[in-house]
Amino acid sequence: MKTVVSCKHLNKIYRQGQIEVKALTDINLDVIAGDFICLSGPSGSGKSTLLNMIGGLDSPTSGEIIVDGQHVDKMSKSELAELRLHKIGFVFQAYNLIPVLTAKENVEMVMQMQGDSKQYRNEHSLAILKEVGLEGLENRKPAELSGGQQQRVAVARAIVDKPCLVLADEPTANLDSKNADNLLQMMREMGEQHQMTFIVSTHDPMVMERARRLIKLHDGKIIENNKQH
Amino acid sequence: MSHITSLLMSLAWRNLWRNKRRTLVILFAIVLGVWAMIFTAAFMRGMSSQILSDTINNLTGHIQIHSKQYLDDPVIDHRFSLIDDQLFESLNNVLIKQTSSRVRVPAVIVSERESTGLVMVGINPDNENGMSFLQSSIVEGRYLKDENDSGIIIGRKLAERLETRLGKRVVIMSQDKDNKIVDRGFRIVGIFDTQMEALETGYIFMGLQTSEDLLNIKNEVSEVSILLHDMNQLDELVADLQQQNPHLDVQGWAQLEPMSRVIIELYDSFHLVWHLIVFLAMGFGIVNTLLMSVFERTREFGLFQSLGLKPGFIMGQVWVESTLLLMLGLFLGNIIAWWSVLATGEGIDVSAFAQGMEMANLSNIIPFVIITKDLVLANSVVIILGMLTSIYPAWRASRLVPADAITRV
Ligand SMILES: Nc1ncnc2c1ncn2[C@@H]1O[C@H](COP(=O)(O)OP(=O)(O)OP(=O)(O)O)[C@@H](O)[C@H]1O
Ligand SMILES: [Mg+2]
Repeated sequence: MKTVVSCKHLNKIYRQGQIEVKALTDINLDVIAGDFICLSGPSGSGKSTLLNMIGGLDSPTSGEIIVDGQHVDKMSKSELAELRLHKIGFVFQAYNLIPVLTAKENVEMVMQMQGDSKQYRNEHSLAILKEVGLEGLENRKPAELSGGQQQRVAVARAIVDKPCLVLADEPTANLDSKNADNLLQMMREMGEQHQMTFIVSTHDPMVMERARRLIKLHDGKIIENNKQH
Repeated sequence: MSHITSLLMSLAWRNLWRNKRRTLVILFAIVLGVWAMIFTAAFMRGMSSQILSDTINNLTGHIQIHSKQYLDDPVIDHRFSLIDDQLFESLNNVLIKQTSSRVRVPAVIVSERESTGLVMVGINPDNENGMSFLQSSIVEGRYLKDENDSGIIIGRKLAERLETRLGKRVVIMSQDKDNKIVDRGFRIVGIFDTQMEALETGYIFMGLQTSEDLLNIKNEVSEVSILLHDMNQLDELVADLQQQNPHLDVQGWAQLEPMSRVIIELYDSFHLVWHLIVFLAMGFGIVNTLLMSVFERTREFGLFQSLGLKPGFIMGQVWVESTLLLMLGLFLGNIIAWWSVLATGEGIDVSAFAQGMEMANLSNIIPFVIITKDLVLANSVVIILGMLTSIYPAWRASRLVPADAITRV
């Protein structure tokens, strides 16, 4: 099986004046295509930091990150932007959407940046919004959608152009357990249907159950890396 | 590239109306600034065009020809002949719209009660028409019939000072070509009134032939005043005339009336300074507002970056946003400025400050004049400096670190 993400001896140290914070220490990790990984751990254990490193939003202090065969740690800012545009989808905890754009426009935006034709954008955005269960709400602005619906739009946008990797940082943190469960369910289905790799960080035990692989972080170190079901 | 442009445009336009109140406030500031620039420019342009037309009307014309020493010592001795083939030929130039020859010498006027020194001007009333203020300023009596008219025209203030009036007789004394004192009685057939006291008290007008008879000269004059079709050809024509008539002295209005020239140039150079002052006030407002909206949207810009949009796109977005705002403000500002200039009609009456105006060689009604050059200057100051100043907030937006922008809110 193909390896989508590979981290080798990854370290991240934040410096705040005199104080050094070791956010990640010697992380070694391989993620194979189509996997659905849950990244768990207490607050401050380094989940967000790891996701941001893999997505090239932040750079490691030392070590290697390879995404789809490309050395993320050696890329320039604009190469990183290209990588994110074409290969990585992001879902954050909240405020994932551009407030002035409708649900459909939010989904279409990434496709528009990639230069897809209007007709293609239209068909695909409607189809993906239907898949995530938002049929009929395409023309609403984010403020007119519930938290769960907004997260669905964010997932739709993250997967619409079939990136090889979707990074979701606590996507269910602001949802009630029912909505959280639905969203997770949906993400897993999408992953299986479209052969995409998901890395989802969470505190939520229910989310961890849904993962195929569970990685536990503590103080910036991987303390558990189990294949589940 | 066009898909990016259209995305940029729609994002910028919608973001503009996200905080309507703020956008309207800054829009109002831009409109006000543009209005102030154009309206003030129109007023200054009106003043300087008024100065110019007054200068030209006050017997100066666009160009004047004199004998060599006349300007230093404007007396009868420094006259020149009109029986001159070369001069005749050079005045027969297509650039010239109208010419008028004048006798213009010092004289003394004596009424029954008072006397005073002044300049007597002999004119051909027909040639003078449309070239100087005289005919349109007659308020009592009549204009001169022809160059043999035996009457004279004097100013209202002079009439008051001499304690005389229309229909009365006065005596004019001067020196003839042999420097003999000559005098003759004239009836006052017309009174003129201008807003300038110096003109009203300093000049009297009579027929050209009548004045030549008094001074014992024939076909000789003190000056020829010239009006052009197009002022832009002035320098060219002055040079030509001077070259063709080396024994004479040919000068444009700017050399003849250096004071007016200096004032006009001063006004001209003030336009840009004024625009910059207005822009300075406006520019701070624009930058501040933009920065405020950039910081409010920190998270959003981080989001854009996480979606794979490059810093250039983010910079472009903020920049397009402010450029749209500027263009909207310019559009409205121009319209309102036009409208308010139209609303002033003939101009504004500044007679309350007329004393000062007269000193500056101005009449009481100042028209508002909008010319393309001034519009272009005001608009380019706003758009160019505006676009330059919005680079800073746009750059700040593009420099946000995505991980920080997203996680630390
Ligand atoms: N920009 C930064 N500057 C300094 N320290 C930072 C910065 N970002 C993260 N840290 C520190 O790095 C460590 C890991 O933070 P991180 O945000 O990755 O944790 P997390 O597991 O995502 O926590 P949470 O569950 O609360 O989101 C923490 O101790 C945090 O304080
Ligand atoms: Mg986190």
